[in-house]
Amino acid sequence: MADAINLEEALYHRGVTRRQFLKFCGLMASVLALPPRYAGTIASSLQAAPRLPLVWLEFQDCAGNTESFLRASNPTVSQIVLDLLSVNYHETIMAPAGKQAEQSLEETVKNHPKGYLAVVEGAIPMGEDGVYCTIAGRAAKDIVREVCGNALATIAVGACAWDGGLPAAAPNPTSAVGVKDAVPGITLINMPGCPMNIVNLTGVIVHYLTFKDLPATDQMGRPLFAYGQLIHNYCPRRGHFDAGRFVEEWGDTGHRLGWCLYKMGCKGPQALSNCPSVGWNDATSWPIGSSHGCVGCMSPHFWDTRTPFYERLPNVEGFGIEATADQVGLGVVAGVTAAFAAHGIISAVRGAARPIAKHESPSDQQSGERRDSPSRGSNGP
Amino acid sequence: MAKLVIDPITRIEGHLRIEAVVERGRVKEAWSSGTMFRGVEIILKGRDPRDAWVFTQRFCGVCTTVHALTSVRAVENALNITIPDNARIIRNIIDGAQHIQDHVIHFYHLHALDWVDVVSALKADPGETAALAQSISSWPKSSANYFKTVQNRVKTFVESGQLGLFANGYWGHPAYKLPPEANLLGVAHYLEALDWQREFIKIHALLGGKNPHLQTYLVGGMAIPVDPNSQIAINAQRIAQMKQWAAMARDFVEQVYIPDLLAIASFYKDWASIGGGLGNYLTYGDFPRKTIDRPEEFWIPRGVVLNKNLGAPPSVMEQERVTEYVAHSWYTYADGDDKGKHPWQGETSPRYTGPKPPYEFLDTNGKYSWLKAPRYNDTPMEVGPLARMIVSYAAGHPDVRATVNGVLQKLGVGPEALFSTLGRVAARGIETLLMTRELDRWIDELAANMARGDLSIHNGERWRPETWPREAEGWGFMEAPRGALGHWVRIKNGKIENYQAVVPSTWNGSPRDARGQPGAYEASLVDTPVADPEQPLEILRTIHSFDPCIACAVHVFNGNGRELTRIQVV
Repeated sequence: MADAINLEEALYHRGVTRRQFLKFCGLMASVLALPPRYAGTIASSLQAAPRLPLVWLEFQDCAGNTESFLRASNPTVSQIVLDLLSVNYHETIMAPAGKQAEQSLEETVKNHPKGYLAVVEGAIPMGEDGVYCTIAGRAAKDIVREVCGNALATIAVGACAWDGGLPAAAPNPTSAVGVKDAVPGITLINMPGCPMNIVNLTGVIVHYLTFKDLPATDQMGRPLFAYGQLIHNYCPRRGHFDAGRFVEEWGDTGHRLGWCLYKMGCKGPQALSNCPSVGWNDATSWPIGSSHGCVGCMSPHFWDTRTPFYERLPNVEGFGIEATADQVGLGVVAGVTAAFAAHGIISAVRGAARPIAKHESPSDQQSGERRDSPSRGSNGP
Repeated sequence: MAKLVIDPITRIEGHLRIEAVVERGRVKEAWSSGTMFRGVEIILKGRDPRDAWVFTQRFCGVCTTVHALTSVRAVENALNITIPDNARIIRNIIDGAQHIQDHVIHFYHLHALDWVDVVSALKADPGETAALAQSISSWPKSSANYFKTVQNRVKTFVESGQLGLFANGYWGHPAYKLPPEANLLGVAHYLEALDWQREFIKIHALLGGKNPHLQTYLVGGMAIPVDPNSQIAINAQRIAQMKQWAAMARDFVEQVYIPDLLAIASFYKDWASIGGGLGNYLTYGDFPRKTIDRPEEFWIPRGVVLNKNLGAPPSVMEQERVTEYVAHSWYTYADGDDKGKHPWQGETSPRYTGPKPPYEFLDTNGKYSWLKAPRYNDTPMEVGPLARMIVSYAAGHPDVRATVNGVLQKLGVGPEALFSTLGRVAARGIETLLMTRELDRWIDELAANMARGDLSIHNGERWRPETWPREAEGWGFMEAPRGALGHWVRIKNGKIENYQAVVPSTWNGSPRDARGQPGAYEASLVDTPVADPEQPLEILRTIHSFDPCIACAVHVFNGNGRELTRIQVV
């Protein structure tokens, strides 16, 4: 009982009702796929003092992940910043600037060796001794080595911090790389996406605070709870795919009624993400919910491997029993052949093509992420 | 005569560095440098023009949707595509919502800490804060108990000894003028605005799937369907949801943002004569009422005002007069760095000549920034909310004139006060207020179209590349929250041959040009008082009043004849 009273008091001073807080703990347990009884464990672990320091670094970024962070709702960003963690450095929202800002970073790195979380947003340019991104006169590549090298763990948020993202898209003018290549050998969680979904970042942090350990990941360092499923396998439009009901033109009847966007270039059949279940902006919607195809922003080097965005994926298996092979299959073959012929790279792509996953184990799913889009080939020499 | 360096300028998007010389307590000269560069235009070369908006949207994740819109407009302009009316209205709604949300975030989360002393709020009497709040607004959350709860929350936070984001701020600096009660009000609304922005921007998620980086644009229209008989489309229920969010925006802006702005500004009237800078203002205009090629009918007019002249109609703006210089930027032009080039002829070869990192100072006599220097008729211009309000005011826009005059009257200052740091902050608030009213009208306009049975959202006549001319070029533009934004695209054989963006923060944050003319940030800082060069709070105030966004300002264009290697997919 005493604990409960203290918790209530503590929450009151933080401007949160007990009910709100426990609701959040329950939600996090479900996002992390934990049994409901873990809500209590989560609750008590979040009361810990002192709060875990976190520094958020921005390099070749657009602040999209920062904006995603500002949309956090469970808990809200003010709860994260004031109550859950000690966010000691974040250029976009911190109070001080210049030398006082850098002082906040230095103090964290010096006073908490292996005792803070580092979040990295943006790619790290390695070309020309790092002149393409400097902060306080220091090259990003040197800052990331120092700060992430001393962190207890680093979380790379967004496509850019993961594998170089947009700056690393061909021809990669600045020799941009992700954290894993800029600082090899550190404890690293990768959270691709453009941007990452804040629900998942919260999940990783809560998992750490609760279990003092990072969540399980796949071979690419992505947490399985967030990146363990193909969008296509539980897309709300999957029934239309199986039945052979496809959008053929933007604005046609099928488009208005929410039919499958595969023929309009949807990359959902090759994208690993929990987008359909957690949604975006408090589950208000998600890209396929707005009737545009998935662009595969969680996939490796998606700017090169998932473009052109409106060209359909060449090899998607699993057309359902309601549609005949003639109805659906022939359409696919014709479309793919035309696309390949147009780009004159039939043999190159065929050589790389493998069927996508039929099962749900991570290793199978990753085969769904192969780089077999004809896109870059179309620009090739 | 020591140089002062602020790097990073925080509470902005991207990487900005200011170097300044301070003499006898005032800035004598200042230099603005963008210190990050990605090369997105090089990356765009050879790609499908219909994909360009997805790439350029990533110029910036803050004003996330503006480059997407500008990009589809550029490609539509090149291919001579007219979009359906519903697509125009949906774009206006998305764009208007972006302005409203972005401006509120700017005021409370990126700018307020320059004027509001968080630590001082601990000394406030919550009862008096409540009395102050109730005297300026009918906002319901203004009880003494509410402010006491906020104060307790801040107190718990401060007493924890872990000040996080607020550590090493300039608390107690002599330039802070608000009484503790007003500071507590500011802190409470800082926290409220965090919740508000998250809720309000769900209107973007509803129309665009997610925010940031909406995903529903198409060359030729929009992907989000309109259909009263579909569960997944914009239907009556979703119109009602949007109306609610629009009302929520209006309430917050009318009852919280504007009263706070006026209350805080009344303590800082000296800033109505600081930070004006260039006095030249440029707008491309936006929010088409009919079609994009009829700027005379835009809600925000197009035009140029020179030398602070509010007494005459703005002069005509012609995109052909836009050029960019690289005399002090880390690029080189084949025929000499002293010439300006129109974006159609734009050329960029990045060539870094600055000091090797780590460095203490840049060589501000030479090249010192990754930003180019855009000029209009060879004249540096300021763009942004202040430019929009000034051009609209000079053009006789009735709503703008009435609201601007009302605000000036309340503050007891004349129209000349507009040309200042305070004027920039006020103009942003005025624009937000007017925009909340327009937002509601656009939603009604969409509903009326639906009621007439107009369900069209995309013009697919030129969707397929085989319908395109072999060569085409186009210009897309908009008024982004931070100012005039232009994309120029050239298409050849169905691919992007050249793509160039001249963005608001390149105009405002530009370095010197070949004639040594400073950009808007640089000019506005001259004569700014600095009480303590070790804590240059006043410089931050003027720079933040522009709401800098550097990620989209640093980019390169396709170098002519540069051979680009491509990843071969194997």
